[in-house]
Amino acid sequence: MYRYDEFDAAFVAQRAAQFREQVRRRLSGALTEDEFRPLRLMNGVYLQLHAYMLRVAIPYGTLDAEQMRMLAHVAEKYDRGYGHFTTRQNIQFNWPQLKDIPDILDDLAGVRMHAIQTSGNCIRNVTSDPLAGVAADEIEDPRPTAELIRQWSSLHPEFTFLGRKFKIAVTGAENDRAAVAVHDVGLRIVRGPDGEIGYRVLVGGGLGRTPMIAKTLREFLPRAHLLPYLEATLRVYNLLGRRDNKYKARIKILVHEMGIDAFRAAVEDEFARLDPEASAPDPAEVARIAAYFAPPAYPELPDACPALERARRAHPEFDAWVRRNVHPHKVPGHAAATISLKPIGGAPGDATAEQMRLMADVAERHSMGELRITHEQNVVLPHLRKDELFQVWRMLASQGLDAPNRGLVTDIIACPGLDYCALATARSIPVAQAISRRFADPALQERIGPLAIKISGCINACGHHHVGHIGILGLDKAGVESYQITLGGDPTDDAALGERTGPGFAFDQVPDVVETLVRRYLELRQPGETFLQTYRRLGMTPFKEALYAAA
Amino acid sequence: MPLLDDTGFVPDPWTRLADDRPAPEGARVIVSLARLREQGPPAGAAALGVHVAPEDDPEAVAEAAARAALISVGFSSFADGRGFSVARRLRAAGFAGELRAFGPLIADQFAALRACGFDAVEIPEALAARQDEAQWLAAARSMTLGYQRGYALPGRNILEARRAAREEAAR
Ligand code: SF4
Repeated sequence: MYRYDEFDAAFVAQRAAQFREQVRRRLSGALTEDEFRPLRLMNGVYLQLHAYMLRVAIPYGTLDAEQMRMLAHVAEKYDRGYGHFTTRQNIQFNWPQLKDIPDILDDLAGVRMHAIQTSGNCIRNVTSDPLAGVAADEIEDPRPTAELIRQWSSLHPEFTFLGRKFKIAVTGAENDRAAVAVHDVGLRIVRGPDGEIGYRVLVGGGLGRTPMIAKTLREFLPRAHLLPYLEATLRVYNLLGRRDNKYKARIKILVHEMGIDAFRAAVEDEFARLDPEASAPDPAEVARIAAYFAPPAYPELPDACPALERARRAHPEFDAWVRRNVHPHKVPGHAAATISLKPIGGAPGDATAEQMRLMADVAERHSMGELRITHEQNVVLPHLRKDELFQVWRMLASQGLDAPNRGLVTDIIACPGLDYCALATARSIPVAQAISRRFADPALQERIGPLAIKISGCINACGHHHVGHIGILGLDKAGVESYQITLGGDPTDDAALGERTGPGFAFDQVPDVVETLVRRYLELRQPGETFLQTYRRLGMTPFKEALYAAA
Repeated sequence: MPLLDDTGFVPDPWTRLADDRPAPEGARVIVSLARLREQGPPAGAAALGVHVAPEDDPEAVAEAAARAALISVGFSSFADGRGFSVARRLRAAGFAGELRAFGPLIADQFAALRACGFDAVEIPEALAARQDEAQWLAAARSMTLGYQRGYALPGRNILEARRAAREEAAR
């Protein structure tokens, strides 16, 4: 894991002090609310429906046990004892007082954490693959690249007052677990013509009101050109992106309106004009960062693990958890495991302070002190020994963290919705809870197989409903919540946006709607087929009939 | 309007000229890009400054930069960050004259403005009254470390500092 050096530590401490001063100047009237707003947003402070909200960055979703304990401390001392992990691998605290926020930032700085650029019209916290460094299908660990971008984008003097927010995601694996195609810029680590490592650069993806799949900006970018090329891309966006309408201000609209070829020409022209040497880090700096992500010293173990097999046979519930939540690891005898933050009937992504402390303990004892946050709002233990999986599971079970549902119908993504969010047009957490209760039976969930339900409480799409196999969007129809259903969305390699089924449904109907869709799928599927595959084979018609014929 | 550079508020030796106004003899004047393109430099002026907006044609801006001793870049609001990139481009293209940011910018942006190549900031009276010189100078120095190479950041550049430390260690 990356460790701050003295400079990173001083930078984050200065930033916290700077914000303390900004809060003081706001209170003294030197800064108007309008002027203060972007400054507090750049420090992760939102004004929500009931209170301020603080969003803390977990850069590329990686954190250690000490940091997780600090999040528990913040939840307990300044909030109501819990936090909410988001779809961008961050954590939100929903109830802090503005006056406490400088103190929270100081506490966080003490464990190398910050809230820099977790909101506002700037380059946001960079996201990545939660299985980075351990996945078997990896070309290169994406975290050194993500860390390089984190540093480069922090308080960037040219790009902190962009037309709109700017999200970058990086993946280094063949299977994209970072949804790079729905980011403003997506980077895929690839091998070039001579086998050297570089990047395929995607641009203009995004969800929100106008969902779009990113297009290829550069097929192969040499590694050394990464930051200068990003600089050129951001400059073109900063200069040409629309500022007349906030709903048309994302880079995806610019790319769409210019056309990818003209946009590419503008970026390449800008890139040709700048001196890459002047802004690129020297190779020794890149190597310095990469060294932090060298694989930990794994013990040498046989890959087969009889103890694990015995425990699986003896404990069917453990066996189910292993089947669903444990991932292959590139080192023999090891595994990675997802801790589901989706217990039946729970609020997706929420964790209490006690749960955070327990996860920290498990990580320390069994996962080399490391944890990851996923964009599905779960947590990953990346470095487990197979022969310790049973103990890990028992520890997790003691705090209700053992739901064996990763990727199943109850592993629902939901945005905060009307319970917290000032922009919401409908509830989203209670919808997730109702669906989760409906499908509580683990055997039923397993029979249904992989199914991603994603729920947003308004068209801003923070719940990524466009890329849910079943997407649910809560709208307001003349004062009544109405839920629009989309089918067939997919954020991975064959990225696709979901298609609308038809008229929306009332809040109470949503669990029935999902059940109807699932039942139709179970009737129609061929052996081994997932919901998404069946949908892709048969299209909308049978599902639409099932939903609307009876009505 | 009040003008600040890295020493604080300073007198403004330049005069902004409305498009229909002649230049006072021997004055340093700032004219709009449109006026410069239509009428050329005003007669009798001692020095030429040009005011540009972010949406102005980059070619025309570059052309003006070749003739002007000062470029004033307009910001429609402090949240409109296009001017940062305009300045960067002008400096990258070799403009060595004075670069001034013009508009309702705030103290908290001072360091970034200077890092992108601006020498000075010209702000409305009301803003200067609310955010005094001490605030501007303090805000400009609230960060003494930064990560971006190739920008004139205040204090130390972290990447350069690390490089220096590496070279030191290697010796
Ligand atoms: S999708 Fe809408 S309701 Fe949900 S968090 Fe985003 S802005 Fe709020």
